[in-house]
Amino acid sequence: MIKPKKILLLGSGGLRIGQAGEFDYSGSQAIKAFKEEGIAVVLMNPNIATVQTDKGLADEVYFLPLTLEYATEVIKREKPDAISLSFGGQTALNLGLLLEEKGVLKKYGVAVLGTPVSVIRDTEDRDLFKQRLNEIQVKTAKSFAVTTVEDALKAAQELGYPIMARSGFALGGEGSGLVRDKEALSHKLGEVFHTNKQVLIEEYLEGWKEVEYEVVRDKDDNCITVCNMENLDPMGVHTGESIVVAPSQTLTNEEYHMLREVAIKTIRHLGIVGECNIQYALHPKTGDYRVIEVNARLSRSSALASKATGYPLAFVAAKLALGYSLPSLPNSVTKVTSACFEPALDYLVIKMPRWDLNKFENANKLIGTEMKSVGEIMAIGRSFEEVFQKGLRMLSIGADGFTAHASGNFKIEEYLKEIKTPTTTRIFAIAEALKKGVSIEKIHQLSGIDLWFLAKMQNLIALERKLKRGALTKATLVQAKRAGFSDKQLATITKSKESSVRAKRIRLGVRPVIKQIDTLAGEFPAQTNYLYLTYHGSENDVEPSKKSIMVLGSGPYCIGSSVEFDWSSVEALKTLRAEGRETIMVNYNPETVSTDYDMSDRLYFDELSLERVLDITEFEKSAGTIVSTGGQIPNNLALALSENGVKVLGTAPRDINRAEDRHVFSALLDRLDVDQPAWVELGSLTQAAKAAKELGYPVLIRPSFVLSGAAMSVAFDEVSLVKFLKRATAVSSDHPVVISKFIENAREIEIDGVAQNGDLVVYAITEHVENAGTHSGDATVVTPPQRTYLETIRRAKGITKKIIKELKITGPFNIQFLAKHNTIQVIECNVRASRSFPFVSKVTGHNFIEVATKALLGKNVKGNYQTLELDYVAVKSPQFSHGRIKGADPLLYVEMASTGEVACFGDSYHEALLKSMISAGFRLPKKNILVSLGGEENKVKLLPSLQLLSEMGFTLYGSEGTTDFMEENSIACKKVHKITTGQEPNILSLIEHGNIDLIINIPTRPLARENEDGFVIRRKAVDLNIPLITNRQLAEACIIALKETGGGTLSCKPWSAYKPSDS
Amino acid sequence: MKFYLEDGAVFEGESFGANVSATGEAVFTTGMVGYVESLSDPSYTGQILVCTYPLVGNYGVPDEKFFESAKIHAAGLIVSEYSENYSHHSAKQSLAAWLKKNKVPAITGVDTRAITKILRERGVMLGQISATGKKGKFVDPNKDNLVAKVSPAKKTVHGKGDTTIVLVDCGAKENIARSLLRENVRLIRVPWNYDFTQEEYDGVVISNGPGDPSVCGEAVENIRKAFAIDKPMLGICLGTQLMALAAGASTYKLKYGHRSQNQPCSTTVGGVVRSYITSQNHGYAIDPNTLPSDWKVWFTNANDGSVEGIRHKTKKWRSVQFHPEAAPGPTDTRFLFDDFLKDVAKAKKSS
Repeated sequence: MIKPKKILLLGSGGLRIGQAGEFDYSGSQAIKAFKEEGIAVVLMNPNIATVQTDKGLADEVYFLPLTLEYATEVIKREKPDAISLSFGGQTALNLGLLLEEKGVLKKYGVAVLGTPVSVIRDTEDRDLFKQRLNEIQVKTAKSFAVTTVEDALKAAQELGYPIMARSGFALGGEGSGLVRDKEALSHKLGEVFHTNKQVLIEEYLEGWKEVEYEVVRDKDDNCITVCNMENLDPMGVHTGESIVVAPSQTLTNEEYHMLREVAIKTIRHLGIVGECNIQYALHPKTGDYRVIEVNARLSRSSALASKATGYPLAFVAAKLALGYSLPSLPNSVTKVTSACFEPALDYLVIKMPRWDLNKFENANKLIGTEMKSVGEIMAIGRSFEEVFQKGLRMLSIGADGFTAHASGNFKIEEYLKEIKTPTTTRIFAIAEALKKGVSIEKIHQLSGIDLWFLAKMQNLIALERKLKRGALTKATLVQAKRAGFSDKQLATITKSKESSVRAKRIRLGVRPVIKQIDTLAGEFPAQTNYLYLTYHGSENDVEPSKKSIMVLGSGPYCIGSSVEFDWSSVEALKTLRAEGRETIMVNYNPETVSTDYDMSDRLYFDELSLERVLDITEFEKSAGTIVSTGGQIPNNLALALSENGVKVLGTAPRDINRAEDRHVFSALLDRLDVDQPAWVELGSLTQAAKAAKELGYPVLIRPSFVLSGAAMSVAFDEVSLVKFLKRATAVSSDHPVVISKFIENAREIEIDGVAQNGDLVVYAITEHVENAGTHSGDATVVTPPQRTYLETIRRAKGITKKIIKELKITGPFNIQFLAKHNTIQVIECNVRASRSFPFVSKVTGHNFIEVATKALLGKNVKGNYQTLELDYVAVKSPQFSHGRIKGADPLLYVEMASTGEVACFGDSYHEALLKSMISAGFRLPKKNILVSLGGEENKVKLLPSLQLLSEMGFTLYGSEGTTDFMEENSIACKKVHKITTGQEPNILSLIEHGNIDLIINIPTRPLARENEDGFVIRRKAVDLNIPLITNRQLAEACIIALKETGGGTLSCKPWSAYKPSDS
Repeated sequence: MKFYLEDGAVFEGESFGANVSATGEAVFTTGMVGYVESLSDPSYTGQILVCTYPLVGNYGVPDEKFFESAKIHAAGLIVSEYSENYSHHSAKQSLAAWLKKNKVPAITGVDTRAITKILRERGVMLGQISATGKKGKFVDPNKDNLVAKVSPAKKTVHGKGDTTIVLVDCGAKENIARSLLRENVRLIRVPWNYDFTQEEYDGVVISNGPGDPSVCGEAVENIRKAFAIDKPMLGICLGTQLMALAAGASTYKLKYGHRSQNQPCSTTVGGVVRSYITSQNHGYAIDPNTLPSDWKVWFTNANDGSVEGIRHKTKKWRSVQFHPEAAPGPTDTRFLFDDFLKDVAKAKKSS
């Protein structure tokens, strides 16, 4: 075994649909595994909100685009002798293949660790894959790999419709789907071949069960399966879109081990070294199988399998990549047994996808073979009913379980239709159907979901009926709790209050027990810290820890609450540990680092509900609870926890509430004489509409305590106002909504900071590139500020001091301001860590969460923190997943739509901006740019920028109005006709065939949706993967940056080269 | 219905099998599938089986041709959650119905992890399932010759062919016979104490079976005789212990046995450590220190270092403590049957 000296690890970049936080987990574990061997690790990942990019993990971190160009530069500079491709998702894998293909790896003598590149190709190339499996008589779905539409149609003809189209080298099933006829296939492939060279036309295995195995193999050919998983939704629904259980529930011993044997045979034949995932279709009646695919890398499923079993897959995979064998590694959970074993579970887990499709205009809620979900949850328990109801609550979508929702929501009108054609709410459609007396056989027939699962669901509806009939007794309580009913559900069923149910339950001695996850089902004693709660048990596995500090995590990733809150939670844990405190983590998101076995002294993989957190705190008698690092979910629990006697650290929960309650907060600002946009509180929808009219559109809508961290939203008309309000009140019906005047053309700045006892300790100012109106989560953010006057900064700081004094804040906070001319107004204050905490911490070199956590512990954290005078600039850009959400307008609209973010450093603003944009998927234009500007203001204000583009030698194409305007101003521009004219060249034909490198499409007013052409331009840009800018300020900044930097490769310096001036 | 353990622990749950009482040795198994195979495995005779995987019964019970023997051998079954709903195309009846038919009691709704921890910490002990709820007498099944109870009464012959294999059936799982019955193989299945050395055969397999190997003296004698005949021999589970005893080694009782489908067993092949995931069900093991010098340890348990297989240094006599026939469990070591039959063919050729 020859160990490399320096490894380049490729990360996965910004979070997007199909590739979320799971790679922060796998990358972090890999770094630890490599570092433990004394190997230097260079990490390349522009995702600044990750734990893996923290100080103290990798030796050097490059916040740079994950492209061939930048990776080559990093390799030249760092001269690594090995590269690791398996820990950064499809992004890292594809980049690695490209580096190899272009000869970069060979040229610089970089060896690929783990699975060889040729093997990766065998698994990624659909045709090769089939051939390889044929060699060992392993069955694959009947299919044809094609590279042209003609061949595809021929292949489909031969197989017979419906068929399944799958694209090679894709992540999250992108570009794949069920195709029912010839027309649909030609249409689909037109798009797919724009971004993919190969497509597989495959027989459609309708109704087959979908099963996965996670397989680990070492260089000596030792091979194990760590976990198997069964999709509740049969074939046709992407595994990332499916509810998944582990271990499988409806497979017999024979089926389980037959598939396991095929898995091992296949992985050995392919020659994978490390970790991989194999997916099967299994016929429900005959037991026949097909291998669907093999992912030769850590995946979302492997993160899930790791959290489901306690087996440290990423860590072990990293060791195997270095040449260790499985039997030579210890089981890091039991310490005494071998890593060459297969975990035995004495519980089951369920994974559920979290969608946020209602954040997108026009997006349809049908689910299928393409991934649309943005996050997931995992529930652990000892019966299906228990994990199922836990899981539905964990989604944090307002559901209280499978049934008995306090809100009265989740009534599905066309339930049979949704059962047959799966949607994001299919599960609630099943609940509805069962309540209406539809038989499970009928539901099975429509959905293909196994009767076993449906029977369990039916049990829940039957139990609900039974519970309605009489008062709760100890026996019925135990039965209900074992079936996963929450106190809140029981209160709804028995027309009581949650607190009364809880009181009664405790009086009757009905409490959950705490069980350990130890990978061996109790066979060997293990000092594991991995815990969950269940009602199926009579004793606790652990003693109370006492005096621990508990950190509440962030729940599922969703739009508005992403990896940044996991980062904050992890930093809190790290700080607590460094301060010598024992830690307890509560979270249930399997894609996180906070739920890693080595991050806390105790991990409760369980619900972040009042009931469950009280169960845990009452048992643990913890010394304090941190609610301010996990985003909105723990923040919303603060007051109720404190009222139930839980010691919440930092700002008093009633003061958190004063900031969260829009009405109270607005009144507070008035009292403090702090300027804010004119506001009015919502009583009813009609009142709101009336008030908005009086204030004059556009208006800002600010619901209190919103889930998913959505902050303010802007409505330009009554339609969007009503739509948004309906949604806002659906998720937080008992909290007020405030509407205020939206000031156009104002800039938005934010202060992130830490206070102690009402005094400001450290703060950083970030400035949005886009004018106010772009959701703060979708904005491009820069620090130090570039356009804000010092006077404005001084005043913002003054206001901040007033507010934190009034709210007596101790801990993290974030205040958002609008600045226009000489006015500065406060739009909101969050008494918790915000989305930008990792960004400001990593840019300024001061870990804000570390400071905040120490402040929470009562340590003196006063000091001189330099955060404004930096010799460099950092820019954070949103990462969008519009390509995934078919039919949605990629225009930034009333709600946040980005799924992640990236950030880059530069010696200048221009350099940082471009690198950051490229990291989020932008490509610098080479030649052709299409410009379509709505309204006079946009045209006039962008004129100098357009002149610049013209001077730089770009060929400009313009929509009719834009071309006329440019010609009037002596800028050469080729006119493109409206689509409806049918004349050539029109906008559609140009986008499809004109080799356009960049599209600048600015609607008349920010956020306003207007003519059809605008939508078609934007949608086509996304579907054909052409860079698109829809905001004027961003267009301006980008063009100036292009001019200033010359548009070539920008500087490639590690993070360590950007040192704050005072350190 | 109550479940009592010898150390005083009591667990109360619901009955879902036959409404009768039972007594036996309480053991736990950590397999996540395979209750049909386990319950019909004769090696569980006299034992009350505790499943650590909480959900049992999900896929019902298939036709009896898929069983490991004609009936349920375990004395009782303890689970956390019996799944009344079952669903599988192969299911012919529910687990509850099967248990009732076999007059075997079963309890659901108890903390099986708590029971497992007791057995792990204090070792296997006697237990009883009480239909009345009252505690009765604990009876130790290992005092009896359990093998004699489950071994067939007389010799039977299966299949046709040139190669004759003797299967010494000490309570063999059907899948051992299925694994051996290939084209050209004639299988003579004989009772545990049958003197098979008087048969004409090309190879012999000593099967698994229940209980303490030290009460199977007659079988040990026959194996010793077979050593003189010098034909390839394969021991499985109890069979391995009997072979060890015949070779002159001794066995001991494990604290709580190995009953699971995830036991890693290592051996060295060409200087490289190879580890296989195996299916196991045994309470006794070979003491490696007592192994005569012409024998060596073949497989070792990677978790606790116990002996998982022995082989003769020069002869084709090999035996494994785990179950290469799987059922339930992983099929990784099924190649041992291939290797054994190859040995047989080779020996036959050279003789």
